[in-house]
Amino acid sequence: MTAVEERAEAAAPEVGKARRRKEDARLITGRTQWTDNLVLPGMLHLAVVRSPVAHARIASVDVTAAREAPNVVAVFTGADLAEEQGSLPCAWPVTPDMVNPGHPSVAVDRVNHVGEAVAVVVARSRVAAQDALELVDVDYEPLPVVLDMEAALADGAARVHDHIDSNRSFHFVFDAGEMGTGSATDQAFDDAEVVVSRRFVQQRLIPAFMEPRAVVVQPQGDNYTMWSSTQVPHILRLMLAMVTGTPEHKLRVIAPDVGGGFGGKLQVTPEEVLTFLVARRLGKPVKWAENRSESLMSAHHGRDQIQYIDIASDRQGNVKGLRCRILADMGAYLRLVTPGVPILGAFMFLGIYKFPAYRFECDGVFTNKTPTDAYRGAGRPEATFAVERIMDELAVELGMDPLELRRKNWINADEFPFTTAAGLEYDSGDYDAATREALQLIGYDELREEQRRRRESGDPVQLGIGFSTFTEMCGLAPSRVLGSLSYGAGGWEHAAIRMLPTGKVEVVTGASAHGQGHETAWSQLVADRLGVPFEDIEVLHGDTSVAPRGLDTYGSRSLVVGGVAVVNAAEKVVAKARRVAAHLLEASEEDLEFSGGSFGVRGTPGTGISIQEIALATFAAHNFPEGMEPSIDAEATFDPENFSFPHGTHICAMEVDTETGFVKIRKYACVDDVGTIVNPLIVEGQVHGGLAQGIAQALYEEAVYDEDGNLTTGTFVDYLVPSAADLPHFDTGNTVHAAPGNPIGAKGVGEAGCIASTPAVVNAALDAVRHLGVTDIRMPLTPERVWRPIHQGGDGGDRAPAGSNAYGGAQTETTTGVSTEASALGGDR
Amino acid sequence: MTPITVRVDGAAYTDDVEPRTLLVHYLREQLGKVGTVVGCDTSNCGACTVHLDGEAVKSCTVLAVQADGCEVTTIEGVARGAVLHPVQKAFHEMHGLQCGYCTPGMIMASIDLLKDNPDPSEDEVREGIEGNLCRCTGYQNIVRAVQHAAAEMRGDTSASNGHSGNGHVRPAVVDTAAAPHVAVQA
Ligand code: FES
Ligand code: FES
Repeated sequence: MTAVEERAEAAAPEVGKARRRKEDARLITGRTQWTDNLVLPGMLHLAVVRSPVAHARIASVDVTAAREAPNVVAVFTGADLAEEQGSLPCAWPVTPDMVNPGHPSVAVDRVNHVGEAVAVVVARSRVAAQDALELVDVDYEPLPVVLDMEAALADGAARVHDHIDSNRSFHFVFDAGEMGTGSATDQAFDDAEVVVSRRFVQQRLIPAFMEPRAVVVQPQGDNYTMWSSTQVPHILRLMLAMVTGTPEHKLRVIAPDVGGGFGGKLQVTPEEVLTFLVARRLGKPVKWAENRSESLMSAHHGRDQIQYIDIASDRQGNVKGLRCRILADMGAYLRLVTPGVPILGAFMFLGIYKFPAYRFECDGVFTNKTPTDAYRGAGRPEATFAVERIMDELAVELGMDPLELRRKNWINADEFPFTTAAGLEYDSGDYDAATREALQLIGYDELREEQRRRRESGDPVQLGIGFSTFTEMCGLAPSRVLGSLSYGAGGWEHAAIRMLPTGKVEVVTGASAHGQGHETAWSQLVADRLGVPFEDIEVLHGDTSVAPRGLDTYGSRSLVVGGVAVVNAAEKVVAKARRVAAHLLEASEEDLEFSGGSFGVRGTPGTGISIQEIALATFAAHNFPEGMEPSIDAEATFDPENFSFPHGTHICAMEVDTETGFVKIRKYACVDDVGTIVNPLIVEGQVHGGLAQGIAQALYEEAVYDEDGNLTTGTFVDYLVPSAADLPHFDTGNTVHAAPGNPIGAKGVGEAGCIASTPAVVNAALDAVRHLGVTDIRMPLTPERVWRPIHQGGDGGDRAPAGSNAYGGAQTETTTGVSTEASALGGDR
Repeated sequence: MTPITVRVDGAAYTDDVEPRTLLVHYLREQLGKVGTVVGCDTSNCGACTVHLDGEAVKSCTVLAVQADGCEVTTIEGVARGAVLHPVQKAFHEMHGLQCGYCTPGMIMASIDLLKDNPDPSEDEVREGIEGNLCRCTGYQNIVRAVQHAAAEMRGDTSASNGHSGNGHVRPAVVDTAAAPHVAVQA
């Protein structure tokens, strides 16, 4: 091997390599540190008494028996903690007159949803605390239960909160005509040759991260350390200071290994505050760890919208306008970004299409249910579903091929950057290229042929093909944009790089991973920039003492915001090291070139000094440039100018058994453009996981409340997280259009699969049975919901399904036959 | 309290337990075997899967007293010293985990599956691990990992690349060094 080849090999970039993850070592051997693993000397255990009723006045709470129970140390009610608990924060007042009723961590005189905390028991062991829960005697005076959003907004409706005027929290409007980003919407509809209107329902979902939440708080004098299974240690620290009045610099928050989040751990929870308050009162370490039923009932839910969508077009299928009226279920309270979720979607209803006119209105509605908040995609899946479904409906109305209609209206590759009527500037992409690849990947022509054959022969099993040609906005977020939307914080991210004397490198990131593989991807980024080996890099995160600045992980922001901060910090390290190298090599900085981790004088081979050697020279500082502080460490904070806009084409081929209503995904193919790919393994994994969740919304999952406001899907027996047997093989591919807005060129991938897949699946099912007169099927597509419109018309009915087809056998007494006329009455829609 | 003697990951333990104590709680709270985790309270998720006398069980469905006199293997005991079990290695190689919470149970269930069926098809893997839920991966890479491990355990090196059926990434043929950052700490 010649020297030249050797150099070239050494320089093979890390970015783009399918590096196996650094994180795996501890995870595959059980050497993990989940919050619930933590045991501290003298630690007490906290358990929460939860309301069994959806809406009531608390007449009395008797804790005498519980206090006397063996090994119980203390019991606190809402009244005990009322003075110090403050209100859980809502960081996103989406309109100036938004009504926030306040959110106590433990109910004081009213409960507003099943599962709300009414008291806490503190004991020597978890078992003792749990045993004493039933000894707490709470007297509830029932109040009328508000569950249905449309009924909740009617005149004279019972109110969730009687200290506020109505069940409406806010009314948010974006009108492109008024904002000057598009033409007048009503005019567009008045002039339109074709208008199609639909009502879509985005059912309520539960994030259902696999690691149940847990919190440990350790007081040390007037300092407190909190370990929490959270996505957002930095936000939690700040909010904890604001809620409890404990000064911020006295608080340290650690997110150790965190077992998934999906937005569900993007929260400041009642249990975190309560564990903190109790530890502060007792001066002892306290742990709270939930069980799954508690988690499903009390951790925030997601989605839950009713969408009225109107689309206007001419006869040739040129779209003229889109009008959306959304009801978004807030649940009983506003949590961290509850009202912001539908607003994040507000700007994405136009999808990839050139609508000249757009109007969006949204009401945030209170009901006696668990609060909603972020769940993978947060607003964008809802928007994407609406536009991708209504495009299919318009295609049917016009008698056009759904893909031809899309092609006619989407932004062409040569039109980027393109500003939509919602005012967003889409950065780059090629929708046609992704579509062509996806069609090939799925074998489109054969599938259409098979569909025709089955149709002609009247096969009881029909085949349908559904599309979703989507885009989403990633990289939350330019701080100025968040400011214009009244969000309570910025959207930057921070990083620091520390060059250790032995040449090893510590990378500190404010992005707090919980399964996304930051340790690996960040190592790849830094290895390329500094020219040091991948193995020589350690990534530190998730502890506010170690990584003091950050805005954490959500909204597909980590790589495109946090990764850029890391890259910028690395560039600063190189700039400082260059000055040291010039001094040590007695050359001028301009004459140095940096490659493969070494500085050398241009044109003088063999003169090099590596950045790792410079790290040692910096530690010794014996011979350092005049006037330069002896450090080549650097920090960077990156605030993006714009969002990035990944896109892709997802195609689902679905078999529908018209006799049983059973659906089966025959093939699923997608081609995503997420910009530059740092690690193809991680990207593919993110797409797979997102697809699973998006498909699960379409086929399996729904949080169901009965007419009294009880969550009837409160265990994994009833809330159907799909198993391996319930999901198909995915054929995935990528096109790459680098994001112009950041030096990595990445666009974000964490939510893409989840945002794109749901409408593709529903469109596929409808495509299979349209010829039988079916026009809509309500999600999730359980056999019952699919069978009904085929045989009886309608959209499959309001309520939850008989035990649906996840698990292939997990149907139980509790799930079969829930869907009755009577149970529909109490519906949340 | 009932006295029990259990062998866990090769060491013998004698303890007094409450009759109602579940094996998983005994492992975690009394023995500190926190590699095994709890994901549900209805025996649906499989996160707590261990081997009891060589058979995979959900340790949340077994009482500690039922394990009296038995041999338990947890995720912490499947590697041979510093050498990972082929299934552990395959999960790493094939990116069969993200947050890793389901992983101990998935690996224990997969080892059991391969004992009964050393060459499972994709569908057989999917059905075989149906009792284990994963919220992160969408299962495809778990399936890939199990089949990859199966090939390795059969001594079949040729079979490991073919069955991804996926044009995008075939991890087994991507050139990365043998992941030196993964080794069991002694
Ligand atoms: S914890 Fe044992 S099956 Fe879920
Ligand atoms: S890797 Fe997170 S639940 Fe499976």
